Amino acid sequence: MRWLEYAVFLALVIALARPAGLYLARVFDGGATWLDPVMRPLEAGLHRLMGIDPRREMSAGSYILSFLLFGLAGAAGLFILLMLQRLLPGGPADRFLTTPMTADLAADTAVSFATTTTWQAYGGETTLRYLTQTAGLVSQNFLAGASGLAVGIAFIRGVARQETGTLGNFWVDLVRAILWVLLPIAIVGSLVLVWQGVPLDLSPYVAAHGLEGGVQTIPRGPVAALELIKNLGSNGGGFFNANGAHPFETPTPLANFIALLAIAVLPASLTVTFGEITGSPRAGAVLLGVMVALFVAGLVICDLSEAATPHALAGLGLSGGNLEGKETRFGVGDTVLTAIVTSNGATGSTNAATDSFGALGVAAPLINMLLGEVVFGGLGSGLYGMVMATLVAAFLGGLMIGRTPTYLGKRIGQGEMQLIIGYALLTPAVVLLLSSLALNTKPGLAGLTTNGGARGFTEAVFAYASCMANNGQTLGGLNADSLFYNLTTSVAMLAGRYGTAALALTLAGRFAAQRRVAVGPGTLPNHTPQFGALILACVVLVGGLCYLPALVLGPISEALQR
Amino acid sequence: MSPPPRPHLISQARPLLVGCAVLTLRTGLVFPAALLAIARVAFPAQADGSLLKDRGVVVGSRWIGQRFVAPGHFHPRPSAAGAGYDGLTSGAANLAPSNPRFAADIAAAASAYRRENGLPAGAVVPMDAATSSGSGLDPHISPANAALQVPRVARARGLPESRVRALVAAHTHGRAFGILGEPRVDVLELNLALDRAARGSG
Repeated sequence: MRWLEYAVFLALVIALARPAGLYLARVFDGGATWLDPVMRPLEAGLHRLMGIDPRREMSAGSYILSFLLFGLAGAAGLFILLMLQRLLPGGPADRFLTTPMTADLAADTAVSFATTTTWQAYGGETTLRYLTQTAGLVSQNFLAGASGLAVGIAFIRGVARQETGTLGNFWVDLVRAILWVLLPIAIVGSLVLVWQGVPLDLSPYVAAHGLEGGVQTIPRGPVAALELIKNLGSNGGGFFNANGAHPFETPTPLANFIALLAIAVLPASLTVTFGEITGSPRAGAVLLGVMVALFVAGLVICDLSEAATPHALAGLGLSGGNLEGKETRFGVGDTVLTAIVTSNGATGSTNAATDSFGALGVAAPLINMLLGEVVFGGLGSGLYGMVMATLVAAFLGGLMIGRTPTYLGKRIGQGEMQLIIGYALLTPAVVLLLSSLALNTKPGLAGLTTNGGARGFTEAVFAYASCMANNGQTLGGLNADSLFYNLTTSVAMLAGRYGTAALALTLAGRFAAQRRVAVGPGTLPNHTPQFGALILACVVLVGGLCYLPALVLGPISEALQR
Repeated sequence: MSPPPRPHLISQARPLLVGCAVLTLRTGLVFPAALLAIARVAFPAQADGSLLKDRGVVVGSRWIGQRFVAPGHFHPRPSAAGAGYDGLTSGAANLAPSNPRFAADIAAAASAYRRENGLPAGAVVPMDAATSSGSGLDPHISPANAALQVPRVARARGLPESRVRALVAAHTHGRAFGILGEPRVDVLELNLALDRAARGSG
């Protein structure tokens, strides 16, 4: 039954990718859509208020600057809101807010939501006001998610255009991403989740008088307002501490399945958008094919690890797969699928305690994040991440046949290659340097409060891989609410968001300026299965070269312990 | 080809500041408020937290697991939320299988489960009965787990096992569309039905 569910999920993602991708291409091209009668007036109003001239396009530099400033302004606003949240009216009552909102926790949280990482070093039900959850977090889920999508679209334009200096207008793309993409899906999807049982109210926490006499405090709040957009915008930060495992966040397997579709469909569909805008649909299909192959590999590894009774429990007379940290309604199947989709999709909304997975069960999501989340990936960032990996393949392929390397008619010269290599090395450099800092200093080691040894090592690498990939999921055994982790994870989140986007858009700007070279008989074709295999090999090879030592010290040595 | 426009900080100021403010208001306040208004009308019970009431008193939520230790009630899974099923500290134990405490805790829970239900040493225990969940508030147990508890509950309540088994069946959910998720039993709702049945007959 698990495998049938996996197959249905993949089939749905692939089937929905085409219509969704063509829709996105039309939306960002300013084409006509059925939402126009409602959205055009809203768009015109926003343009007027914001003083945007939609015909005025931006260079790569201007686009990056707008994206950066918008993110930083969002983080600053959220930081102020978090520091002042005690003054806000509404629930929950003060006595429930027991986590102190220190300046470093507020800064870490603000950066984390503005960068779509939504890393959470706190538990929502004991930390945040309802109004902080909506005005602060829900809004950043929309804004940061939409600006990521805008960058992805600008990147595609760079590959598609020739002899121009511009990539589009960031503000126009941002507004369209919210009005035509995120908002309509979020409205419908959120209501479906309420129907499934996700609460949506502003009343205080309830004291329930249990059947055996105890009193249980039941937290509530505007949960459903966050639940769908946190997945749709590649964010993932939960309303409650247990995130997607909390029954109020994901009450049913159907709600879980909807969340997974919200994470994967739009990033997968961007490969179709890419093929459509660049005029090479088959090149887009190759990218999607590579994503699906990597997706299945991770899924199989994680499933085999979790469906077996853990070795440590042999001889204890227990039957079934590893259910420690997993919910009954999800079992092994929904949990594994969610771990793989969220770790690929730059979304931290796991529905289980990943730290209780077996060594290889943890390795699969970890590797997904370390590879830069190129499988579907974050909204926007997943697409340019995959194209970056593809450019490495095109470069190597070009060298092998002795031609100037090109991709879709764009020459990959020295300047382009420097940006591509910079992009490929940024993630390993940040993740490995910060991990070694954490594992060699007292404040870093102090976070390993639950599991030591190889798993403790993995917990630190996992944390920085997650933050660098703007994912936000965590191995819960790591206690990350400390000055050290709040600061170092913020560094990783900022580098992961703005470092990679700046490199990708700079490259897109160079591509846009080029004239497309004609395809000749000696050109390496970019739309064949063979080229897809070359991309796959490059992703695995580059990832392996960067991370094998870390993986050996962490999950591999843990798997070999008996 | 016209020269690309240069980045201008000043020209970005208005879209930046106005955009941040207006879009934050619309997505952070107008959007939740609109949802709230629709949900209150369309799905009032769910929006309110799916609270369960008994004789006018809120006894819990159908989605939030509760602590049960009496022999006449079905027992939920072990919980790592606070002292167990603490609604304010959702979360998991986070023990890795390589951590010695992982096997020790689960073995202890399995032994306790066998003792409670009068099972012989070494009897096979369903995995969910001995492991704690991801949220610590798991409202469900597996049908296999419920089946092993039926004799104890029936004995404690002086009910025929077939009656208890029928109540379990009435509170068991299958997979959605036959493929999504796992079959499961609602513990709180089942226990509420047992209590009500006892009152009805007594």
